Amino acid sequence: MREKLQQIKEEALLKLKECQNSQMLDELRVKYLGKKGELTTILRGMGQLSPEERPIVGKIANEVREEIEAAIEETLKGIKQREKNLRLSMETIDVTMPGRANKIGGLHPLTKALDEIKEIFIGMGFSIAEGPEVELDYYNFEALNIPKNHPARDEQDTFYINQNVVLRTQTSPVQIRVMENKKPPIRIIAPGRVYRSDTADATHSPIFHQVEGLVVDKGITMASLKGTLDAFAKRMFGEKTRTKFRPHHFPFTEPSAEVDVSCFVCGGTGCRVCKGSGWIEILGCGMVHPDVLRAGGIDPEVYSGFAFGLGLERIVMIKYGIDDIRLFYENDVRFLKQF
Amino acid sequence: MKVPFNWLLEYVDLDKDINEVAEKLTLTGSKVEEVIENGKEIDKVVTGKIIKTEKHPNADKLTVCQVDVKDEVIQIVTGADNIKEGDIIPVALHGSSLPGGVKIKKGKLRGVESNGMLCSEAELGLVDEDSVHGIMILDENTPIGVDIKEILGLNGGVIDFEITSNRADCFSVYGIARETAASFGCELKKVDVSFNENGENINDYLKVEVKTPLCRRYMAKMIKNIKVGPSPEWMQAKLQEAGVRPINNVVDITNYVMLELGQPMHAFDYENIEGKKIVVKMAGDEKFTTLDGIERQLDSSMITINDAQKTVAIAGVMGGQNSEVTEDTKTIVLECANFDGVTTRLTSKKLGLRTEASSRFEKDLDPNLVETALKRACHLFETLKVGEVVGGVIDCYEQKLEPHYVNVSPKWINNFLGTDIDTNDMVNMLQRLEMEVEAQDELIIKVPTFRQDVKIKEDVAEEIARLYGYDIIPTQKIVGEAVEAEITKEQKLIETVKRTMVSSGLYETLTYSFFSPKVFDKINLPSDDELRKVVTISNPLGEDFSVMRTTLIPSMLEVMQRNILRDNKEVGLFDIGKVYLNVGKELPDERYKLCIAIAGDVDFFNLKGIVENLVNVLSVDKAEFERESQNTIFHPGRCAKLLVRKRYAGVLGEVHPDVLENYDLETRVYIAEIDLATLFEASKTEKKYKLLPKYPAVLRDIALLVKDEVEVKKIEDIMLKQGKGIIEEIKLFDVYKGKQIPEGFKSVAYSIVYRVEDRTLTDEEINKVHNAIVKELEEKLEAKLR
Repeated sequence: MREKLQQIKEEALLKLKECQNSQMLDELRVKYLGKKGELTTILRGMGQLSPEERPIVGKIANEVREEIEAAIEETLKGIKQREKNLRLSMETIDVTMPGRANKIGGLHPLTKALDEIKEIFIGMGFSIAEGPEVELDYYNFEALNIPKNHPARDEQDTFYINQNVVLRTQTSPVQIRVMENKKPPIRIIAPGRVYRSDTADATHSPIFHQVEGLVVDKGITMASLKGTLDAFAKRMFGEKTRTKFRPHHFPFTEPSAEVDVSCFVCGGTGCRVCKGSGWIEILGCGMVHPDVLRAGGIDPEVYSGFAFGLGLERIVMIKYGIDDIRLFYENDVRFLKQF
Repeated sequence: MKVPFNWLLEYVDLDKDINEVAEKLTLTGSKVEEVIENGKEIDKVVTGKIIKTEKHPNADKLTVCQVDVKDEVIQIVTGADNIKEGDIIPVALHGSSLPGGVKIKKGKLRGVESNGMLCSEAELGLVDEDSVHGIMILDENTPIGVDIKEILGLNGGVIDFEITSNRADCFSVYGIARETAASFGCELKKVDVSFNENGENINDYLKVEVKTPLCRRYMAKMIKNIKVGPSPEWMQAKLQEAGVRPINNVVDITNYVMLELGQPMHAFDYENIEGKKIVVKMAGDEKFTTLDGIERQLDSSMITINDAQKTVAIAGVMGGQNSEVTEDTKTIVLECANFDGVTTRLTSKKLGLRTEASSRFEKDLDPNLVETALKRACHLFETLKVGEVVGGVIDCYEQKLEPHYVNVSPKWINNFLGTDIDTNDMVNMLQRLEMEVEAQDELIIKVPTFRQDVKIKEDVAEEIARLYGYDIIPTQKIVGEAVEAEITKEQKLIETVKRTMVSSGLYETLTYSFFSPKVFDKINLPSDDELRKVVTISNPLGEDFSVMRTTLIPSMLEVMQRNILRDNKEVGLFDIGKVYLNVGKELPDERYKLCIAIAGDVDFFNLKGIVENLVNVLSVDKAEFERESQNTIFHPGRCAKLLVRKRYAGVLGEVHPDVLENYDLETRVYIAEIDLATLFEASKTEKKYKLLPKYPAVLRDIALLVKDEVEVKKIEDIMLKQGKGIIEEIKLFDVYKGKQIPEGFKSVAYSIVYRVEDRTLTDEEINKVHNAIVKELEEKLEAKLR
């Protein structure tokens, strides 16, 4: 019997070595260890052994069983590893093929630029104000110190609905509407569409966007105007940006200024974009004219303020090198996808 | 306005480069458009005399000239036809340069040697190409062999300024000189206005009557024994550099004074002034022929200059042909007047005639400038020996404009600017601007009459700020109470809408706010539709842009059309823009709409999915979709309306084939238009956490056979009604037609999820509800269980 056990063990170990897959392994397991397996069969015949021999053979039989079990386990591991490796190698894919994803669209370049501007000013404590685009002549002109027959009315070719109603030519009327409804401290920007009766060409559009700004409080100075717009320019165009404030004239501010920033394309050394000057004009600004404060119901002897306005299209065009303003309103997806 | 630099230097002693001056003046408020240095580019161009001309042997239109340039006689071939022997002309020698980088070399023209070029004004950069009149013929007394830049005074260059409407005083060489002197702190020289008069009295020749207060001042002098001819080279060159074409010595002097001092003048031929009388009055309804030979229609809003019989000039705009100075003119009346700015501007606008004179008068000039200018002209008539100044002057000046005063404290100025400027410095700056200042606690400032723009203390602050230097004013943060940025619910939600649209694969578009009223027919809108009530622009750029839009759909269809025609076939776009609804008030109701459009490999449900996502993202309360078959823009069987709390919030669907045809679209397009305010009102921004379910759900599938026309919403409504309280969710997982399903029917399969919060549902409870659902489906919808 001992020999027989030894023989089973050797045969089993040999077969296990040759075993290639999990199915064969299962068969071997049944063959040797199963209920009707060879080992079991032998153990069943143990009754015929003498009481002295029984424990000894029993022990050997158990050892054989354990050895076979261990060997099966070992073989199984090897087989699993092989099978896994095989699967992995069969599952190789061409990772250079295109990915699958939900398509993502995109915002209009003007919206993106406006979002950037809004974020900067919101960070400085500005709120976003809005006003009507179809606006009373009073708000668009009169209240802003541009009475009937003022030459500035000729400079801005205006669309009229009737004598008293215009398509706003600037976002400045929002200044008055805000002041009428809110006590200082006021700190707002008012982005939006404005209208001029210019026929569309590469540099003109009858509709374009401005961003108006207004700050009114006690103790607002021209230095705060400079500080605010300088900080804006640095955040918008980069920390190294310098600003240049040039005196100018607007009916609704006094003193007034135009602001140039050092060219954000060449950094100020002069290039095609800045026409060699190193500077790009980006906005108009000034201290709010006392007549305008009064029109908004604010006492200029107590409060002062500054205002500014910038043209969105111009900035975006310069920034991306867009040479035709009409592209913004054509909405060719090949254009829109670039931003 | 073009200011020749050398002319400017006649009035200020300044040893600065033209570019340095331009830069400084820009920073003190006179904005420089351009510095033009034409003279810089001109090299080896000299004066020469044509001593012989011959026809070119091989070309009819060419002439061969022998030109004496002092050191030698050179042969030059020219195509010009305005030259003759004896003319003195500018000659570009071999190896010379002209503006625009042009180099002149010797060569052969049709076989004849040519050793240079005769130059026109345009070639010298004096005038624009289109105003060329052949070769520039110089005065007969011009020395030959001399550098042309010296003759024409081209060494200095020209600064072109943008003059803002508030600074009429800067619209002249002298005005800019004043700014230059103030900017650099140097002395401003006086204008030479000295002259002699003959013993006669103008009053014996002429009477002037001013019948309108819109003419604030009218002065006249007379010049006799005039010899009309060309003005001297230096004067012509200066006029040309300043952009004014020389005409004759009389006209040139008036233009010269206008450019120099900013005061337009006009010369009448005295022979043509009937009745020895000039009357300034409002025009009648009349026709009048101006100097340029054009007959113009005048009306009573315009000021005219008249003699005893007829109109002789449109005040401040242009003189008439009937009293023009000609070669035969012997005596002139020199008008120097002040006309109301608005009137001049409106007149010039109505006539479509903007002149050097009107563009100055419209800025409202200083009436006290009139006298200086008139004297300066007399000075020039005398020194240039053009004529003899008649004694005496006529001056109609009813309301003399006196200097005014502005008081302001230096402390206020410093507080306003955020600066710390010394009072003495302030006084000094103001004095440099010809203001008289008395410094007490306050500055008492006497403002000269040419500075009507300085009226209030803020104006004074600007004068000080600009001379102090905007760049030196410190930069500070805003001081005072901290203000928190407020972002409204609507603004936040619009951002959310945009994000949702972008993540649905759509690109944002921006379209015009106005369109053609014809688009309503193009989109099939019934003739009585509310959307046809528009706000109309009274002066549009054309019918295509004449009404404010009431819907975004037409512009979106145009954008789709453009993209599809350009082969961008898979398009998904959205537009968030205002519509302008005419609600019968003074101003329209401006509302934000969202428009979505998709085309390509998509159908109605792709569009609906986007809208459903939006509704979910915004947590819109009680949003439902209902069939819409009345909207004529859309396919009658493929259109739904979005209801929010039972209110109409928008429409979505496949565009009607007729509309597609109107837009030349051959592919199906799906469009939604949603009123954002309605959506936002129902957006529940506040969220509350609900316990995760503790008890298991029970899933029951149900497959029904229903007629084709039964909408699944009806089925779901029944399920939800019957299962109230214990149905957690219903999921449509299959709709099938075909094999095994009779014609006109469809199979609809649902998973119903039953669950309550506080216990496990028993089969009994569920069966009861489930059976009730089946029963009602069978009764109401004739559904059959499969």
